[in-house]
This record gives sequence, structure tokens and C-alpha cells, in this order.
Amino acid sequence: MEILLPFLTGILFSVSLYFILHRHLFKLILGIILFGLATNLFLFVVGGMTRGGIAIIAQGNDLPSEPYADPVPQALLLTAIVIGFGIQAFAIVLIKRVYQTFKSNNLDDLNNNEKI
Amino acid sequence: MPANQLLVIPLLLPLLGAIISVFLWNSIRWQAVVVAVVQLAFISVSVIMLQQVLQAGILTTQVGNWPAPFGISLVTDVFSSLLLLTTSIAGLGVFMFSHTALDQSRKHFGYYPLFLLLQMGVSGVCLTGDIFNLYVWFEVLLICCFALIALGSRKSQLEGALKYLTINFVASGLLLSGIGVVYSLYGALNLAELARIVRSDHPNLDLLLVPGIFFLTGFGIKAAIFPLFFWLPASYHAPPISISAFVAGIISKIGMYTMLRLYTLIFSIELEAAQPLLLLLSGLTMAIGVVGAAAQVDFRKILSFHVISQIGYMLMGLAIYTPLAVAGSIFFIIHNMLVKTNLFLVSGVVAHRHHSFSLLKLGGVYLRHPTLSFLFLISALSLAGLPPLSGFWGKLMLAKGGFEAGHYLLVGTSLCVSLVTLFSMTKIWNEVFWKPRPRQLKQQPVVTGKSYIMYLSIIYLLVFILLLGVSAEPVIQMAKLSADQLFNSEIYIDAVLNPERAN
Repeated sequence: MEILLPFLTGILFSVSLYFILHRHLFKLILGIILFGLATNLFLFVVGGMTRGGIAIIAQGNDLPSEPYADPVPQALLLTAIVIGFGIQAFAIVLIKRVYQTFKSNNLDDLNNNEKI
Repeated sequence: MPANQLLVIPLLLPLLGAIISVFLWNSIRWQAVVVAVVQLAFISVSVIMLQQVLQAGILTTQVGNWPAPFGISLVTDVFSSLLLLTTSIAGLGVFMFSHTALDQSRKHFGYYPLFLLLQMGVSGVCLTGDIFNLYVWFEVLLICCFALIALGSRKSQLEGALKYLTINFVASGLLLSGIGVVYSLYGALNLAELARIVRSDHPNLDLLLVPGIFFLTGFGIKAAIFPLFFWLPASYHAPPISISAFVAGIISKIGMYTMLRLYTLIFSIELEAAQPLLLLLSGLTMAIGVVGAAAQVDFRKILSFHVISQIGYMLMGLAIYTPLAVAGSIFFIIHNMLVKTNLFLVSGVVAHRHHSFSLLKLGGVYLRHPTLSFLFLISALSLAGLPPLSGFWGKLMLAKGGFEAGHYLLVGTSLCVSLVTLFSMTKIWNEVFWKPRPRQLKQQPVVTGKSYIMYLSIIYLLVFILLLGVSAEPVIQMAKLSADQLFNSEIYIDAVLNPERAN
């Protein structure tokens, strides 16, 4: 099971980058959400996975019993999920507004400025 | 005031101001009063902080009173206090400008609270001593930028905001992945603790390059370094000047600040391997940026491309990696924050009076507004680096550092780029200020309202630019001091991890 997760992360990254590069606006939303998921999963996997060991210290002990799961990556992950959620929500509203303003789903139609 | 309280104030002040101004949502006049008070207090706190840092060395505080590698550390050294002072000075200038220049509807939809929260993000990035908090503060700063760029929902703004959001979201993801890798390799997130670990004989030191590349790419996107800069000219010109002046003047340099901080503190060990790459990137960034600017015919777009070119100079100091060159970079960041903000404000006044940013539609501004032209000229020449204006000293230090380290090609490139910068400033001068007004536009009336505050904000920033040029010595000394602190990272490590020994 654990051997699958790095591959899953890789697949998520590549799919999300493909969607972000796609010119359809809805796929951009999907891409942004999947990219957030991929980073979160990466953070989780790279922080090391421990099965069944909780980091709660038993009464009378100074340290939790080995092996225990490191709580720090999980804390980082929670923060990152919340931040990512906020940004994704903003992105969805922004993209909806873009769609309403430009009346188009196609990112190429947005080029109303002269090209750089 | 004790250090541990002083360090929290630059974060709390804008936050409180933002909360109060949200409660005053219906009265933008009172919101403006709140912002003005916060700006003035922010400047005085930054001055006090700089004084204390110069006297007592690095100041630290542990939020929540957990000891250093575990708690939330706030750290300030000369570099970050200098940067905070500069941002607060520029912040007051932009606020004065926006007071008259920004339209009422944008103010009604929360320009002031967003502006304050953006400032909070900037101080958070400058003060944090923890690599994950750095990411969090960056997100605070970015979400405010997204909202500010999109504020008003003009077509070009939406387009710019969408590009800005997408690319910065990817960059943040890369940073977050880099932080995950750092934690899994070294088991620490505190910057001082990480700096201590990479200088010990940790078994994972060979892998330092992996997070290094993550951070180089992530901050490379955020700071708009050569192959990753295309979003910048596509989004910075879109919002009104009161917004883009602050975003272009301050935010892109914050990415450079973090690069300087992380690459001296943590990734300095692998910098030897990365140095050829950094040298190449800095040369290409300044060259491509300035060539891009030469091709533009829009006032704001020319300035946006110059932002990129100047990021190259700041990277140059890091790439050369000698104390003098890094001091040059620091001086250059300070100079550039003020000058770039001021140039954007000048372009805003021109557009306010003549309804256009396009070089083709403008002309004859010198005839109508000689004072404004004079103000532009000084800022533009300062950007190009003519002695004795401020840009000259930064470039002098960088060039001297480059020659001493033997990077003749890069120094040559930077000097050529300065010439081209002068060329494109002359181009703006010729097209906007000097040439006669295009005939077909003569029927459009020039706005001649009395807007002293707009002029006042430009003159106010110009005073600092002139001071920075004419009496550069104290600032150069402080830049050298901060470069010394960056290079002797034991001081930083001791100040955070062993506060007793440092005293």
C-alpha cells in the first residue's frame, strides 16, 4: 500500500499540471484543486508514514512508545489544507467572474491586452 | 520597550488596523484615518526596531514562550529591519497617493483593509524565524495580492489576477514540497536550527541540493527570475496605480529577501555547486528584462519589465556571494523599492491627467506639468544609476564586488544593462514628456484638478531617494553590517537558540 503512494503523488502532479496548462477554464479549477491535493499528499508521504503508532505519551512516561507517527508533518498538512482551501475557493470565484465577464470558457479569449 | 514586545508590533499593528477598518466598512473616511495612523505608527516602530538592532544585535522573541527550535520564533536583524523600514516608508507614500487617486468604489470594496493585511504579510515574511511560517506569511501576502489585483474586476485586471494566481499557486506548492523535504531530511523547521544542522555533520547533508532546487524554483517564480518571469508583466500593469505601485515596488523584492536569507543561512553549503547557475540566471534576468522593456510602448509595462531587470541585479549579489556584493544587493533592494514605487506613482499622475498610459497617445507633459517632469527625471535617472543618485551606489558596490571575485562577464553585462535602462528611461522622457501632444488627441481635455496630495506623495518618496543618494554612507554601512550578519550565521544561530550565550 505504501509503495503505491509515491506513484499516486506523481500521477496527481502530472494530471494537475496538464489540467492547469489546458485552456479550458473548468479544467483550470480542477487542475488547481488536484495540484493542492498532490502537494498535500507529497507532504504527507515525505514526512514518513507510521502505521498504528500514535504520538500520545502514556501516563508516567517521558516519551511516546516507539514506533510513533511524527505529529509535525500532520500539523503542517492541516495548515496547508486550510490555506489551500482558502486559495482554491478564491480561485473558483475568480474564475467564475472571468467566465461571466468574458462570456467564454477558453483561456485564449482572455488575451485582450496586446501580447508581451 | 523590551524586544519581545517590539517584534510583535509590526504584525499586530496592521492586523488591528485591518480589523478596525472592516468594522468601519461604510465610512471610507474613517478607514483612511485608521490607515494613516497605522502607517505613521508602523514607521516609528520600524525606526525604533532598527535602532535597537543596531545597538543590541539580533533581536528574537518566542511567541507562546516555547523554547527556540519548537516554538514560533520571530527574529529581526539589520537586514529585515532595514527592509521593514523601507516598506513602511513606501507604504505611507502609496497610501497618500491612493487617498486621492483611487476611485471611491474600490475603496468601498475594502481596499484599505486589504492594503493593511498585505503589509502584515510583508512584516511576517521579514520577521519570521521558521521556514513553515515563512510559507504561511507568504500565503497571507499572496491572497491579499490576488484580491487587490482583481479588485474592481476590469477585464485586464481579471486576466492579470488569473495568471498571477495560477502561477503563484504552483510556486507555493513547490515551496511547500520543499519544506516537506527539508523536514523529512533534517527534522527541523526553525531557520536557526536548520542552519546549525547543515553546518554539523548530519548524514543527510548530501541531499541538501534537493530542497535547494525546490526553493530556487519556488522563489524564482515569486521573485520573477529569468525563465519564470512571464506572469509579472502580464499582471502588474493591470490594476490601478495605487495597487500596482505597492505590488510592483515591494512584493517582488520580498521574494528576493527570502532568497538572500535562505541561501546565506541554509543553502550556503551547496551554493558552490549552484553558483554558475545563479550567475547565469542573474545575467539573463537583467538582460532579458531590459530588452523586454525596450520593446514596450506602455508606461506601466516598461516599468514592469524593469522590475524583472532589477531583480537580476539583486540576484547578482547573491550569485557573486561575497560580503561586499551581498551588501550591494541589500542596498539595491532598498533603493529599488523606493524608486520603483515612485516611478509607478508618477505614471499614475500622468495617466490621471492625460487619460492614458500608452507612449503613443501621450506627449507634451513637460509643457503642462514641468514639476511632474522634473520629479520623473530624478527618479528615472536614479533607477538608471547616474551618480550621485541612489542607484549608482548599489551598482557600484555590486560591480566592485563582482570585479573582486573575478566575474568580469557578469559585471560587464550589468553595466551594459544599465545603459539600456538609461535608454528606455530616455524613451519614456522623449515620448511622454518631450514630444508634442499627438494631434488627434488634442480634443481630449487635460485634467487640471488640484491634487496636491498626489504630488506630495511623490515628493515625499523623492526626498528619501535623494537622501539615499546624497548621503549614502550610513545606509551603505548598515547594508555592510547586514551582509556581515548574513555571512556570520553563528550570530543568528546563537541569538535564536542560545539567547543567554548571545547576551
